[in-house]
Amino acid sequence: MSLAYYPGCTLKTRARNLEEPAVASMEALGFKLDEVPRWNCCGAVYSLADDDLIHRVAPVRNLIRVKKQGKTELVTLCAFCLNTLKRANLLMKEDVEKRDTLNDFMDEGIDYSGEVKVVHLLEVLRDDIGWEALLQKVKLPLRELKAAPYYGCTLLRPREVAIDDVEDPTILREFLKALGASPVDFPESTRCCGSYQVISSPDDIAEYARPILNSALSHGAEALVLTCPLCDYNLGRGQRELIKKQSGFREMPLFYFTQLLALALGLGPQVCHFELNHGSPESLLKEKNLLS
Amino acid sequence: MSAKEKNKNPAKTAVKEEKQIEAKLIPIYIMGKRYEVPEGLTIMKAMEYAGYILIRGCGCRGGTCGACGTVYRKPGDYKLQVALACQKTVEPDMYIAQIPFFPANRALYDFVGLTAAPEEVFKLYPELFRCVACNSCTKACPQGIEVMDAISALKQGNIAEAAQLSFDCIQCGLCTSRCFGELAQYHMFQLARRIYGARIVPRAEHLAEMVKAVNEGKYDRFLDELKQVKEDELKKLYQEREAEPMAAGEDWKPKDTRYL
Repeated sequence: MSLAYYPGCTLKTRARNLEEPAVASMEALGFKLDEVPRWNCCGAVYSLADDDLIHRVAPVRNLIRVKKQGKTELVTLCAFCLNTLKRANLLMKEDVEKRDTLNDFMDEGIDYSGEVKVVHLLEVLRDDIGWEALLQKVKLPLRELKAAPYYGCTLLRPREVAIDDVEDPTILREFLKALGASPVDFPESTRCCGSYQVISSPDDIAEYARPILNSALSHGAEALVLTCPLCDYNLGRGQRELIKKQSGFREMPLFYFTQLLALALGLGPQVCHFELNHGSPESLLKEKNLLS
Repeated sequence: MSAKEKNKNPAKTAVKEEKQIEAKLIPIYIMGKRYEVPEGLTIMKAMEYAGYILIRGCGCRGGTCGACGTVYRKPGDYKLQVALACQKTVEPDMYIAQIPFFPANRALYDFVGLTAAPEEVFKLYPELFRCVACNSCTKACPQGIEVMDAISALKQGNIAEAAQLSFDCIQCGLCTSRCFGELAQYHMFQLARRIYGARIVPRAEHLAEMVKAVNEGKYDRFLDELKQVKEDELKKLYQEREAEPMAAGEDWKPKDTRYL
């Protein structure tokens, strides 16, 4: 079955280790992630200025491309892209005046009013495949790997685009259980990693990462499971800073959820590109006998 | 010509008395001022007919140099259209302006040291990421290039695709003149095409081999022989030369194999 798929710029450049295992895993599960033809950058951040229509053009144009394909659902992998596309989609659904202005401006030949549903890959796994079915497909259960799910912000905030309960999300916990891992719940799993703030204040990167990583470690986590390339960058850099700043700080591997998915489905480590990960995941995987 | 000569040569007289055919004149507006110009002229020729002497915004007159980028409108329509003045023929009530130059940012770089890494392009043109995908550049392109798509490819680090999509670019600069993000698309594309040609496209090895053979003097003897041949013999050699037939197979060989 073919799914309209929006990769986003980061997955094509820095986060190949998020995309490649995802594409391979979905194929193993019977789904083809079909890149939307002529997709363009979604803009990354949904502009918070109210009347800033020009910055809605980029995400809406992608949605129009999907509508032109005759598809009604768009799957994304990048949490930031999900956030931007989903919020732009809501605007086109609910704000008639802005919708008309954007449609008038864009000259795409057809009008758009929110006909496409924007979903994250985790939602496809939960709603279209189901945890039971996923469990059946697991070839290499993750040997109770103590993996702490970290959500970050963009999959859960603002509330109107959240893919799960904002205060107490469980989607990653269910996902990890299906893969045979042992999910470690910890209180900072939805605390912001610092997002783009770290560009203007690079010295604060460790302070954003500190409460998240310390909390995960103190709750017994062996690894962190991420969904967003920016979280990966911030927490990865943050860890390296904390090694210098906090005595006794232990670095831990940061995985993308798609890498664990590919591993559990028996697709092997090559498609996961662990060499691009922070926190040397190979030694942990070898220790757990998960690299075969 | 005297009357006597006229009677002897009716054909010559007929030529002299041919009628002038008046071309139909149509109104166009050049920078807001109305002129009547013959239908069928290109915008460029129409401007010159109207009395303009073009020292900028005019180049090859053949649709290739990109000097004559022109923007125009038709009455009753808010849409802006683009064309090359040397290619587009005038239409009644066309409202025209030329944009012969745009002060687009052109990064300075030493191409010799550049690799095919996308990061190098990003460093030279950081404004690449100001693109909001508004598509104004595509609408402004007289060559029909999907400019936004090529910029999108460049943002994704796909230099090869950006080079291929921008192949028809003639650097007219109209895209930059309309860009919200102040990108100099045509300069970025030229960089992409240079990197593509020099670093990405596979080298023609047989060419390098041939150049080496020539430099080593393999063909010196034949050239010296030819230099001695007299003109008539040379003409005969040329007319009787063997050419590879159109439908030649992989293993076709000429009868004279001395040069192989």
